[in-house]
Amino acid sequence: MKRIASTVALVAVVFACHAALAQGTLQKVKDRGVLNCGANGQLAGFGMPDAQGQWTGMDVDVCRAIAAAIFNDVSKIKFVPLSAKDRFTALQSGEVDVLVRNTTWTSSRDSSLGIMFTGVDYYDGQGFMVRKSLKVNSALELNGASVCVQQGTTTELNLADYFRSHNMQLKSVTFATSDEAIKAYDAGRCDAYTTDASGLYAERLKLANADDHIVLPEIISKEPLGPSVRQGDDQWFTVVKWVLFAMLDAEEFNITSKNVNQMMTSTAPEIKRFVGTEGSYGEQLGLTKDWAVRIVKLVGNYGEVFDRNVGAGSPLKIDRGLNKLWTKGGIMYAPPVR
Amino acid sequence: MSIGVPAGAAPGRVAFYNDPKVRSIAYQIALCAIIAFLVYGAVDNAVVNMRRAHITSGLGFWNNTAGFDISQTLIRYDSQTSTYGRAFWVGLLNTLLVAGLGIVFATIIGFIVGIGRLSKNWLVARACGGYVETIRNIPLLLQLLFWYNGVLKALPDVRDSYNLPLHIFLNNRGLMMPNPVGHGGEDAMWLLALAGLAAAIAFRFWARRRQEATGRQAPVFLVGLGFVLVPALIYVLIAGFPYTFDIPQRGRFNLTGGISLAPEFVALLLGLSIYTAAFIAEVVRAGILAVSRGQSEAAYALGLKPGVTLRLIVLPQAMRVIIPPLTSQYLNLTKNSTLAVAIGYPDLVQIFTGTVLNQTGQAVEVVAITMAVYLTISLVTSLAMNVYNARMALVER
Repeated sequence: MKRIASTVALVAVVFACHAALAQGTLQKVKDRGVLNCGANGQLAGFGMPDAQGQWTGMDVDVCRAIAAAIFNDVSKIKFVPLSAKDRFTALQSGEVDVLVRNTTWTSSRDSSLGIMFTGVDYYDGQGFMVRKSLKVNSALELNGASVCVQQGTTTELNLADYFRSHNMQLKSVTFATSDEAIKAYDAGRCDAYTTDASGLYAERLKLANADDHIVLPEIISKEPLGPSVRQGDDQWFTVVKWVLFAMLDAEEFNITSKNVNQMMTSTAPEIKRFVGTEGSYGEQLGLTKDWAVRIVKLVGNYGEVFDRNVGAGSPLKIDRGLNKLWTKGGIMYAPPVR
Repeated sequence: MSIGVPAGAAPGRVAFYNDPKVRSIAYQIALCAIIAFLVYGAVDNAVVNMRRAHITSGLGFWNNTAGFDISQTLIRYDSQTSTYGRAFWVGLLNTLLVAGLGIVFATIIGFIVGIGRLSKNWLVARACGGYVETIRNIPLLLQLLFWYNGVLKALPDVRDSYNLPLHIFLNNRGLMMPNPVGHGGEDAMWLLALAGLAAAIAFRFWARRRQEATGRQAPVFLVGLGFVLVPALIYVLIAGFPYTFDIPQRGRFNLTGGISLAPEFVALLLGLSIYTAAFIAEVVRAGILAVSRGQSEAAYALGLKPGVTLRLIVLPQAMRVIIPPLTSQYLNLTKNSTLAVAIGYPDLVQIFTGTVLNQTGQAVEVVAITMAVYLTISLVTSLAMNVYNARMALVER
């Protein structure tokens, strides 16, 4: 009789837990007090711990912005380093709340994987890197070359497509992580290395002699990189989407981490709505009134984040190119806060 | 007349729920039902959760185009037209190839080292002992990385390959050999060789029978070799050699033409064979030591030399002790081949559980299929070894 009673109690507990799972991600993150963020761990400029163990990078800063908006504290994050192979499983299973790991937005990923992309934090494209000594000036001359590539990425697929459509013979060598791929390229196992153009500049820093290598001019694909969340949680999706938009709007209004305090006293109507002195746009999202101010003060606007991680203020020195604001000739455009 | 139960009386009747046989059957049915319910519950839970999370399930991905390239394939594979199913078969064949060759080499090296450790020569015994102790205690992944990086760094770049005779080139992209391309006559040549092989086997049976009847031995190996080679050679002399060779030539980036053995494959094979051979050596040594000393003493008393004693008397008896742990080592080698992921060799895990899982997002189906495949390979291997073990067993009265 005791055994039957305890079994019934166990089953009841299991069903109770099942009901609790129906909570939204935003509430769960707030209750937990920590945001679990899927990051790269091996890509300079986007997501990598530095020599002191502090995580740095564009994707890392986007994650910090989400934590700033929710907690007003950028230390309340747990970064989970994920390889290209297990990034989606980690997000699908709930191990991370948001995946900001230089992941390309594609239709199959948006639909069949059970995840949704919230926006684009970096417009990129795929390119090739070769040794200068090969005297290759264009990707069209790579017929018969061996190319090192990371497996499980859109890079692998685009590489096969490009070579096939130009009737070139390909010998691809795939590795599980980008570290192994770049090491094999450096050792001479393959003639070229391919990944997103931003990644090429980042990985070139890992090579023994960065000056012996050049990046070929061809960009062979569109790679819009952005954060993604699980399907079925609209509130969390909206929060993550608007955190990125806030960073872009802040740059458009010239609000930086240095002048955000003065901007809080501004009388311009769009700035008043942005910083929260007018309207309740933060509360509508499920955050606080000063959600955008928290983001800019603790992390910075999009331009500052770009410069410090991959732009002029970093070793990568990548030009903003397409990632400039729409007012400056690029395609970064955010809807208004109102 | 015995005291007690009168002849013909039935055993004491008890209520059916107290009958031990009925009880045991009832418990077993209840246990099976509980396990089936748990499994069904787990699978149902997974399916419901996946549907709620909008993750596609089912095996529809099998016939979708793969779109990615695989560097080494034993069967035809094309990135633009081949499906994920075809990629699965490519990966499976690569795994079977490396596991099969690894088992062969590991057994050969393991037997040599195991017997060497029991040698009377102090240097040989200590060298084999040192080999076993070192290799057994270093993790396999580290050894694989050592072989891969060691092999890569030791070999020259493709543009300064070592030119070996017979148009063979050695560089850090692999061993490039001429590819034999047949034009028509090679089938006849192989048929003659196969017929010769059948004749050689038949000759062996005949020679065995004659030896048991009269004690006279026949040179089976040489005669068998003659049967296999001579007809084929005569055919080649008459009709000309049916193969031309596609020689690897310097292209702009790589050597084009010919077939190549990739360094990933060689490193994986070396690492797996040497690692597993250390374990097999100890198993062999245990088996040999398990044969009672009386056997070898009797053999020496009969005038047999130590080498012959080992081959004809000790080893056949030792095999009874060697085969069960040897089966485990073979299964270990097959499963350890999945470490190919670390060095870029396209085996089943790397292609299927790596790239295909990532491109389709269907983790549950892909991992379940991979587990089923490895389980099947392991079960077939241990079945084969058990059959061999049964044949080796001592027939007792």
